[in-house]
Amino acid sequence: MNKPIRAISTFCLLLFLALMINVSYLQFWAAEDLNEHPGNARVAEAAFSRERGAIIVGRDPIARSVESDDRYEFLRKYPKPWLYANVTGYLQFASQTGLERSQNEILSGEDPRLFVNRLVDLVRNETNKGGNVLLTLDPEAQEAAYHALEAAVGPEGEGSVVAIEPKTGKILAMVSLPSYDPNELATHDFEAAGEAYRALEDDEREPLLNRAIQTRLFPGSTFKIVTAAAALDSGDYAVDDLVPSGATYQPNGVGNVIDNEGRTACDAEKITFETAMAWSCNTAFARMAVELGEDALREQAEEFGFNSDSFDDLPSSVESVFPTGDLEDTFLAQTGFGQFEVQATPLQMAMVAAAVANRGTLMKPYLVEEVQSAEYETLETTDPEELRSAIGAGAAQDLTDLLVATVDEGTANVAAIPGLSVAGKTGTAQRGDGLPPYAWFTSFAPAENAEVAVAVMIQEAPGKDISGGGLGGPVAKAVMEAVLQ
Amino acid sequence: MPNNAGLMGFVHRRRRGAELFLLVLALVVGVGAYAAVGLGVDGEVPTNILGYGGWLAALVVVAHVVVRMVAPYADPVLLPVVAALNGLGLAIIRRIDVAEDTSNADNQLMFMTVGVALFVAALFLIRDHRLLGRYTYTLGLVSLGLLVLPMLPGIGNEVNGARIWIALGPLSFQPGEVAKVLLVFTFAGYLVVHRDALALAGRRLLFIDLPRGRDLGPILAMWGISLCILILQKDLGSSLLFFGLFLVMLYVATERAGWLFVGSAMFLGGAAAAYVFVGHVGQRVDIWLDPWADPDGSGYQLVQSLYGFAWGGLIGQGLGQGVPDRIPESHNDFILAAIGEELGLTAVIAVLLLYGLIVERALRAALICRDGFGKLVAVGLGSVIALQVFVVVGGVTRLVPLTGLTTPFLSAGGSSLVANWVIVAILLRISDQARRPLPALTDQDEDPDEAKTQVVKVVNDER
Repeated sequence: MNKPIRAISTFCLLLFLALMINVSYLQFWAAEDLNEHPGNARVAEAAFSRERGAIIVGRDPIARSVESDDRYEFLRKYPKPWLYANVTGYLQFASQTGLERSQNEILSGEDPRLFVNRLVDLVRNETNKGGNVLLTLDPEAQEAAYHALEAAVGPEGEGSVVAIEPKTGKILAMVSLPSYDPNELATHDFEAAGEAYRALEDDEREPLLNRAIQTRLFPGSTFKIVTAAAALDSGDYAVDDLVPSGATYQPNGVGNVIDNEGRTACDAEKITFETAMAWSCNTAFARMAVELGEDALREQAEEFGFNSDSFDDLPSSVESVFPTGDLEDTFLAQTGFGQFEVQATPLQMAMVAAAVANRGTLMKPYLVEEVQSAEYETLETTDPEELRSAIGAGAAQDLTDLLVATVDEGTANVAAIPGLSVAGKTGTAQRGDGLPPYAWFTSFAPAENAEVAVAVMIQEAPGKDISGGGLGGPVAKAVMEAVLQ
Repeated sequence: MPNNAGLMGFVHRRRRGAELFLLVLALVVGVGAYAAVGLGVDGEVPTNILGYGGWLAALVVVAHVVVRMVAPYADPVLLPVVAALNGLGLAIIRRIDVAEDTSNADNQLMFMTVGVALFVAALFLIRDHRLLGRYTYTLGLVSLGLLVLPMLPGIGNEVNGARIWIALGPLSFQPGEVAKVLLVFTFAGYLVVHRDALALAGRRLLFIDLPRGRDLGPILAMWGISLCILILQKDLGSSLLFFGLFLVMLYVATERAGWLFVGSAMFLGGAAAAYVFVGHVGQRVDIWLDPWADPDGSGYQLVQSLYGFAWGGLIGQGLGQGVPDRIPESHNDFILAAIGEELGLTAVIAVLLLYGLIVERALRAALICRDGFGKLVAVGLGSVIALQVFVVVGGVTRLVPLTGLTTPFLSAGGSSLVANWVIVAILLRISDQARRPLPALTDQDEDPDEAKTQVVKVVNDER
């Protein structure tokens, strides 16, 4: 009977081998997928319970984990919830948004850069803590932006402010209104958290939206900076030339007659470039757009960052759009002053201003300055990255002069700061259908060596008379002053 | 039995010292894991560690001393392996007790005590395993009776969809676990007598020698019984186990692989029919095919088990650091998932290797055993453990559909633990007989009454 016993031995060996291979597959190869499975409450619970790293602005945490004595060991706290909610996002059981999501690996301690720290923790028998994320935000600029915007749009208003350091691309301020309190969503009382979430989700003002990167609207007259850049860069127009204008302009094809909404400085057939910019003459920029042609205008817009998304530090940012396809002259003319189908996010318009301010070079915008271990040792610092040259240095200088004139003696006068040269441009984008327009304002200062570029967008300001200069200008001014002290 | 003189000249060493040394290592596993549970959950060694460790050590030492006394030539590896598994199981059950506020570990320690007591009793009472061969049909009837018990109204009890429990007052009991052991003796006793008749050549079809039609009787009977268990008790695991056990023993006894093909075909046919017609079986298979179809309902247990294994990864979360209480029945059928989560792949492989060692030692005893009955019993018991481990571990790791069997020595459960300790006693007895230098008995293993019906054997038994 020994022969079949040996056969049975082999058979048993195969059974055990099958078990071992299967369990090795399960615990080694398949483990990662299973751990990331959306329904895996076990992993989510462990992550939710872990001591997460802090998100830091200046010297203060704007998100941190504090010990908790309920069923989870740590609770996520947001010390300045309303001010930073759109940036931090919030941590909830098995989900997170904003920086909590994009920097999750660092904050949760799973990032490979924290591997050594994890080993040390393992040896010391300490639970591993997540790393910290230091932001580029300037706390004073952020506060100034938040409060100035709130004052501008009123308690029921909607809008956004983005400030960038032109030479590096560092984001100095990023505000979106209305804001919310992420503490209410991060609470361990899941029922209350669920209720808070539903209330925010049902709010038609969409507080959970980060308008700085997720809302794209007609940029209106602020887009004239792009048209002017294309004109100057093409060589067909020089800053001292006269440009075509007129009280009205009827492009070829169907479409409305373009006028200047009562700004009589624009009425002459030929005006200076400075006048066209300072008085935001629609007819002048519409004509220039048609003369430059669709391709030149689109190329210029794309060099500034339209039709692409170059911002990685927050999840779900949207691309700004410059329309593609053969545009009829009538649409091209409207595109030239930021109507028709051009749409931009506040971040995009801040990038436009920043590129002009930085001698034509567009820097990649970023929000994460530094990644640190739990003990605040620097693990990695973000290096400023040149995205592309949007316009030549000469054209940038000319454009700066035009924008300084716009502040000094034109429509953007509200943003003027005594003793400083400020470059700026207003925008009031028509929505049609009798709805109030969107207001925009972009600016940078000091004009000759800019340290800050700002874009202000006002989407809704109930009960207020909406105009780019009137509402947006003071906000931009406040932010610039906060940065420059 | 005619034997090779050269082989008989070889004398096995007793190696009881090695067994004692290995037992100390096994105790380190059991008591160490128990201490680690306390450290992991409360940050301190449990206060009753001395009492607990002492009790465990006492049980192990008693078992060792008894083996020294009445089975001095027994295999030295089996007992330490079993002690390590039982000790680890106790620690894990304690771990789950802490999480779920239950007290299964205390029961388990009590049942381990009963198991060791029966182990001792078995070694003392059964001085020669061949005695058991005399009770072939008695044991067969008893095991059938035990299998029927859960079906009786009043004492039968359905737990988690399978009707395999009986409840007598406060005590509940799984008769199948005992029937499993008794059936091994029944099969061995029957087969050792009828093996030659069953081994006669039948038809040859496609390289396979198929048995004669009239010899199909026993296999048909076993098939029927297995299907009854499957359909009436809804117990896929036991059904597979009994039939698989019978097939393996039939194959070993007759040396004809044809039986395996016939049997497998019959079982697959029956199982396929059960899949279609028996809701419980169909559901188990559907869960196996796609546990995520209903992850919060029918697939919950398996999905949680898989998450547990994955969360454990290579080295585990550490005892007390995981959440094995997420898996329903984690102290029971799913105890390996708890081990996988808190001790990782390394521990799971180690546990599988320990089971592999038990099976290997059982088959080794079968190989060197001098009598056919002993060979068959050792093969049967080894195969029972191998099949059971395969079905359970394969079930919780989604290699095969989930069935309701326990993990030998690890799972909480009195019937299973006690039955498995008795299995170890019998394996030790057989290996003791096999390794003894001088065969005490030679050709007296077959009952003269039975011998009449035998076909005269012309070939050497040692082929």
